[in-house]
Amino acid sequence: MTTALETKNKPGVVYIKPSRGWVSLRLRDLWEYRELIYFLTWRDIKVRYKQSVLGIMWAVINPFMSMVVYTIFFGTLAKIPSDGVPYPIFSYTALLPWILFSSALSVASRSMVSSGNMISKVYFPRMIVPLASVMSSVVDFFIAFIILIGMMLFYQITPTIAILWLPALILLALISALGVGFWFSALMVRYRDVGYLMPFVTELWKFLTPVVYPASMIPEKWRLLYALNPMTGVVEGFRYALLGTTQSISLPMILVSSGIAILVLISGLFYFRRMEKQFADMI
Amino acid sequence: MSNLAVRVEDIGKQYNIFKEAQYTTLREKIVEVVKSPVKTLLNPTGSQKFWALRNVSFSIEHGQVLGVIGKNGAGKSTLLKILSRVVEPTEGEAEIHGRVGSLLEVGTGFHPELTGRENIFLNGAILGMKKTEIEKKFDEIVAFSEIDKFIDTPVKRYSSGMYMRLAFAVSAHLEPEILVVDEVLAVGDAEFQRKCLGKMSDVASEGRTVIFVSHNMSAIQRLTQECIILDKGKMVLRARTPEAVDYYLTNDFSASGERKYSAAEIPASAHPFTPVAVRVKNNANVTTDNLLSVEPVTIEVEYELATDVTGLRVGVYLMTSRGEYVLTSFDTDDPEKYNALGVRKAGRYISRCTIPADTLNEGRFVIGINASSYMVKRYFADERAINFTINATGAPGMQWVEVRQGPLRPRLDWRIEEVH
Repeated sequence: MTTALETKNKPGVVYIKPSRGWVSLRLRDLWEYRELIYFLTWRDIKVRYKQSVLGIMWAVINPFMSMVVYTIFFGTLAKIPSDGVPYPIFSYTALLPWILFSSALSVASRSMVSSGNMISKVYFPRMIVPLASVMSSVVDFFIAFIILIGMMLFYQITPTIAILWLPALILLALISALGVGFWFSALMVRYRDVGYLMPFVTELWKFLTPVVYPASMIPEKWRLLYALNPMTGVVEGFRYALLGTTQSISLPMILVSSGIAILVLISGLFYFRRMEKQFADMI
Repeated sequence: MSNLAVRVEDIGKQYNIFKEAQYTTLREKIVEVVKSPVKTLLNPTGSQKFWALRNVSFSIEHGQVLGVIGKNGAGKSTLLKILSRVVEPTEGEAEIHGRVGSLLEVGTGFHPELTGRENIFLNGAILGMKKTEIEKKFDEIVAFSEIDKFIDTPVKRYSSGMYMRLAFAVSAHLEPEILVVDEVLAVGDAEFQRKCLGKMSDVASEGRTVIFVSHNMSAIQRLTQECIILDKGKMVLRARTPEAVDYYLTNDFSASGERKYSAAEIPASAHPFTPVAVRVKNNANVTTDNLLSVEPVTIEVEYELATDVTGLRVGVYLMTSRGEYVLTSFDTDDPEKYNALGVRKAGRYISRCTIPADTLNEGRFVIGINASSYMVKRYFADERAINFTINATGAPGMQWVEVRQGPLRPRLDWRIEEVH
């Protein structure tokens, strides 16, 4: 028995055997295949806007149009408060991380099924697929961010030192998208229903997130519960970091959101790995 | 240190055959759970299980070329998929020493919108090559695929031949220690196939290990020294290639002169072509597997087309029991007929041909069938659909009892002239 264990560690030897129950995440495999993550991300970005006339401009048009619509209906007509900043920039600041999250989530959820051809033919760590699709959404985010800088200049809003939170908040948005993406992509291999459910889930989620309204509209005592939605922390965090709003956010809220996001990511990873062995048979 | 390349021990793979849909929907699942909770708990997928592969054990040394032969559905592809880690075995274990490259995945991950150059890098990365490695081999890959002029054109504008060449070129330059090859050779033109076979024998002669799965007995004979035969998921024989090929081609046939296809033998990829039967008939139009050299041999392929098919050709291969090809012939070989037919409408057909009397020598012959649209798709192939025996009674030269060499025994027009 000991010899068998010893040979297990021989480099360059692959052992194939059925795995049972909860299996290791094999994150080292992921590192081995890091170039593939890069290539798949690059492919997704490259292909996304091919044969569209406006190309990469869509990354800007989408959030911009949403902002215009929200400003008219929620800001001007419904007179939803905006924590003291002009409504257009109030909603655009929230739309950036929201669109990052929702597009990453939707691409990631579909990714396993749409890469079926690859998965049924060649081995590589399957986690790469949803991972790369989340990464590809980041590019859109940064392009749309340019507009925000323009708007900040226009409204003469100077960011404070709080802007240092931004990278962490972007990471939190990605972790949330990745966690839910792992769950949904694995589920979708089994149940294509998830694909039909997605638009509704995303829509509902958007209204559970303070995108069109401030979190300060939620009674103080419910805020922590409200922060169980990780995107609450992200979106209000963005407003705090960029616009300096303080009414809607607190450190405990950020911590709760982060905790949940990490929990979802870890459980998603394990669920994905557990389902992984069935993917090639089911796709 | 041992020279072991691959060791497979008692490997088995069980599949679920779903009763209806390929995948369940949540609603069905909920209805099912509500209706019969106990049954659902015991058999959560509501499916039947079957072993695609079971109790298969073998090992290969480095530098060995092993052929894997077997009928459609014998478990060959399952074995390759396990070895290339695409699917996990249900039981047993395998040990692989070195990088496995498989030509299962020709063109995997190719994106039609990307250029040839971009796809080389993408495909290379998917196959597990490092970027530096791809850069080093880039020129070689381009030269091999002969697409240098189109390297910066999106591959969606490529002809299917160019596409295949590029895809194969990337896979072929992976330089794995262990190369696993499925029947990709069925695609592409003859020149390209020759190159592929050449590349494979290069790989083999460089001392790397090759596992070669094919229906093509002459390729198996040229490239492998040893073969395993799979049948219904079990390994039935491991032997030197000539012996294995002979066993494979002559065993397990119905002796009726008719071969019927059951649904289980027809892969889903055959759609819209469904083979029904292959028959051998004698001069009196009787189905038999025993014919005379002096009578014509009629071969019938009966099949159904579920939809209209463009450019279809249905044909036969004739092989000796040693796996040497005698001839290949298609029902639309006649260019006029080919052009006139164009699209073959959905329906049931028989393609029939007759090998003239006084053609074949005595011995056993194997008929393979093939249905394809040239350079588009191979719908179905069965390299050993049926076999039959030719009896030489009445054939030329029967006054001498010696066995005549060669598969043919035509009645040639000999003239004997005295020369002054």
